[in-house]
Amino acid sequence: MSALGTVFLKEVRDNLRDRRTLLSALLMGPLFGPILFAFVINLSLKQSLGEAGEPLDVPVIGQQHATNLIAYLTSHNINIVEAPADRAAAVEAVKTGKHDLVLVIREDFGAALADAVPATIEVISDLANTTAERESRRALRALRAYNQELAIARLIARGVSPVVLRPLNIDVVDVSTPSGRSALLLGMLSYFFLFALLTGGMNLAIDATAGERERGSLEPLLCLPVTRDQLIFGKIFAACAFMALSLCLSLVSFYVTLQFIPLEKLGMTPNFGVPVVVKAFFLLVPFTLLGASLMTLVASFTKSFKEAQTWLSVVLLAPTLPILIVSILMVRANTGLMLIPSLSQHLLLVGLIKNEPLNMLHVLVSVSGTLIAGILLTLICARLYRREGLLG
Amino acid sequence: MISVNGLRKSFGEVKAVDGVSFDARDGCITGLLGPNGAGKSTTLRILYTVLKPDAGQARIDGIDVVSDDLEARSRIGTLPHSSGLYPHLTARENIAYYARLYGVPSEQLDGRVEQMIEQLEIADFADRRTKGFSQGQRTKVALARALVHEPQNIILDEPSNGLDVMATRSLRTLIRGLKAAGKCVLFSSHVMQEVAALCDEIVIIAEGRVAIHDSPEGIREKTGCDDLEDAFVKAIHSPGAQ
Repeated sequence: MSALGTVFLKEVRDNLRDRRTLLSALLMGPLFGPILFAFVINLSLKQSLGEAGEPLDVPVIGQQHATNLIAYLTSHNINIVEAPADRAAAVEAVKTGKHDLVLVIREDFGAALADAVPATIEVISDLANTTAERESRRALRALRAYNQELAIARLIARGVSPVVLRPLNIDVVDVSTPSGRSALLLGMLSYFFLFALLTGGMNLAIDATAGERERGSLEPLLCLPVTRDQLIFGKIFAACAFMALSLCLSLVSFYVTLQFIPLEKLGMTPNFGVPVVVKAFFLLVPFTLLGASLMTLVASFTKSFKEAQTWLSVVLLAPTLPILIVSILMVRANTGLMLIPSLSQHLLLVGLIKNEPLNMLHVLVSVSGTLIAGILLTLICARLYRREGLLG
Repeated sequence: MISVNGLRKSFGEVKAVDGVSFDARDGCITGLLGPNGAGKSTTLRILYTVLKPDAGQARIDGIDVVSDDLEARSRIGTLPHSSGLYPHLTARENIAYYARLYGVPSEQLDGRVEQMIEQLEIADFADRRTKGFSQGQRTKVALARALVHEPQNIILDEPSNGLDVMATRSLRTLIRGLKAAGKCVLFSSHVMQEVAALCDEIVIIAEGRVAIHDSPEGIREKTGCDDLEDAFVKAIHSPGAQ
């Protein structure tokens, strides 16, 4: 067997016995993402689905000044509850979080309504608090609806058609498909997968230089009648293998997780069946060479395993950058963007999840662009490995 | 056979090796002796090709270490100063890994590894992972993997570092055995007694130069000191005494 193969097999065997590698490659990356995802989705599902059905408790000061309004609110699934004594106490109660919101109806409310001048209602709330913000939005919606009803009643009383208040009739026609809507949510998956992939090979990438050096096994290794290229290529390929394994596991674990998330309730149908999983694997796997060589390269500049880990945790974030920029700029996939590794994988994956047909040119550019970048970085790693200063 | 001629190597301003020349013959134990920082390790590192000399030549069995480093390396068994093992592999797997990379044919591989395990008395812990091995056990495994391809030349950089009395004794026995088998053994040390106990030839290095190169008796004669330690002290204070 060639020296490269020998190095590859030894690295695989060595790392399969290393708890640190196993933990990050087989557990951390593949499980962390989906579990976090499932948790977040379930939580937000509970919030958004739960809120509409459940009555909202609203403390109201001065209920007696607006009996009609109170009746209206009660009939719209809002429970009127005991309020603090006065406005100052209400502000205090909202500040301390005792109440999420308090309505204050002034004494002159009824008189103002009768005179047809705007009658003031105060909604005291802390909009920096997400729950309070959501609840006060619900209360405001009810108040606005009441406002609208009163206005219409007044117009009719004056013999004016309420239609004059609606010069425009705005209709939104939503053509999004359930799988398209799910892409909004599942779009962030590509980062999870790239993260899992990189985590899987991290320890191997460090081991090639900083790890071997720290253990004192680098010098005897370099004394062997094997070229340094063979050593570093064997190590990088072994890192690729672990990255591919980690990617595969995280795709599978995500596939399983999705079976337990009721995304249909959000009007989404995730298009993440077995064929998509297989395609996603082949779209993402070219990234392993780039990831392994990038991590090896960064680690080769460090003095110790610890230092390498610190730097590589920055590298773990690197693939987010293009994804983030593009999702802020809302760019559509085009051939030029396919040249950017991590971004191209992200866009292709989003396309897959939206159930759009794969653009073969895009796939070709993405795969070859990512592979070429990986090969270049691998060659740079090999060059650095030939340096005399390698031993430190 | 190792021959070194006019070797020079600087790291920035520091001249680590400044014109070192000597021969280490087959069937002979040559000791490279010198205080810390004298240039012993740098010389050895050039010989096993992890460093390139600025000037001068070094040959292993007549093969130049710069122009044909792969061939040169295949003729050496090396125990560098730091000889870490792979902690997740057993002693046997560590040795077998090196045997494969040295190009030992696969049909001979198991036999050769087994032979090294016997020769170095590793059998008791051969199938344990090397994590947690004592320094003595580690040195034995490192030696076994360095010798597994039966090299003609053996380079050992301070091999007795951190070894206890018994381990040092068995190391000496091994080195004498290699000599008896007609191998060329070159090892460095800063411990006079060790060199005196083993070597046929002593090369004393100080400040990157060869201060003296002779047999132990020759050195006693040249320096006029009966005690080798005195001779060593005298030699390193008068570089070029040769």
